[in-house]
Amino acid sequence: MTISSALIIWKALICITGCESPVIVVVSGSMEPGFKRGDILFLHMNEDPIRAGDIVVFNIKGKTIPVVHRVIQVHEQQNNKEIYVLTKGDINKKDDRLGGIYGSGQLWLQRQHIMGRAIGFLPYEGWVTIVLTENPIVKYVLIGALSLVLITSKDRGAKQNSRLV
Amino acid sequence: MHSFGYRANALLTVAVTILALMCAIASLSDNFNSPTPSAQVQVLNINWFQKHQDGNDEISLTLNISANLQSLFTWNTKQVFVFLAAEYETPMNSLNQVSLWDGIIPAKEHAKFWIHTSNKYRFIDQGSNLRGKDFNLTLHWHVMPKTGKMFADKIVMSGYRLPQDYR
Repeated sequence: MTISSALIIWKALICITGCESPVIVVVSGSMEPGFKRGDILFLHMNEDPIRAGDIVVFNIKGKTIPVVHRVIQVHEQQNNKEIYVLTKGDINKKDDRLGGIYGSGQLWLQRQHIMGRAIGFLPYEGWVTIVLTENPIVKYVLIGALSLVLITSKDRGAKQNSRLV
Repeated sequence: MHSFGYRANALLTVAVTILALMCAIASLSDNFNSPTPSAQVQVLNINWFQKHQDGNDEISLTLNISANLQSLFTWNTKQVFVFLAAEYETPMNSLNQVSLWDGIIPAKEHAKFWIHTSNKYRFIDQGSNLRGKDFNLTLHWHVMPKTGKMFADKIVMSGYRLPQDYR
């Protein structure tokens, strides 16, 4: 049940957000304290132009892991609307060009490098702690539900035993 | 039908669904917030203004940035990422946005601030178009929630102009 609902949600997300990988896990700490390692980001890609401040996910040729950083410079050309984008991780001192994130000789990111924009997020490692500490109701519901499971299974065992006797 | 595996599966599904619903509600509650932020920026000094060997203009400014972003914070706000961008048009580019300064506001108490600083990031043009250039200074902010949808908005301040000559 869990697996099939997870699959349905995943497929729905792909359709709704319009990009190939609508959910991504943050792997580096370069966007702290906003995004921590293990956090889950929701991505969306539409025709809206990339603007300064957008948090974008991009691929660099030759590197396997996509990078999630913030756009700090945009230059958009007059005629063809071609864009030149510079990014930087929030906590990094150097932008991605100086910091060696881009491929050698690459000065800018362009439209084809960008996979999506982050529009929302779920704190993965923190979520269990946060939910349990800030919403004790959930804790009680879970404990209550687990206890119910234990109690009902015990009853069945007892019933079976009495029948055999 | 009533094995431990089935029950555990059902429990997990319900728990995850409830969790997702709570995150969605937490995020939705942010929509009821109607913020009233304010900001002001002064260019105190042009430190220097040069053209590099590669043909790109660069300028260094000292700025006074003051803002009150307290109304952006809700119970679901983790931090507000704020940055100041210079925005201008050139013959080659219909839009140029260059971030000059950014900061992270971790809590409501720090959201009313005043800072005197030179530009944190280099103000370099893609070309040599900055002399006498009229530009806007836009304060952008990104509200990063504890969970859910991120909000972004900005205040555009216009009427700034760069000097006519290099110095």
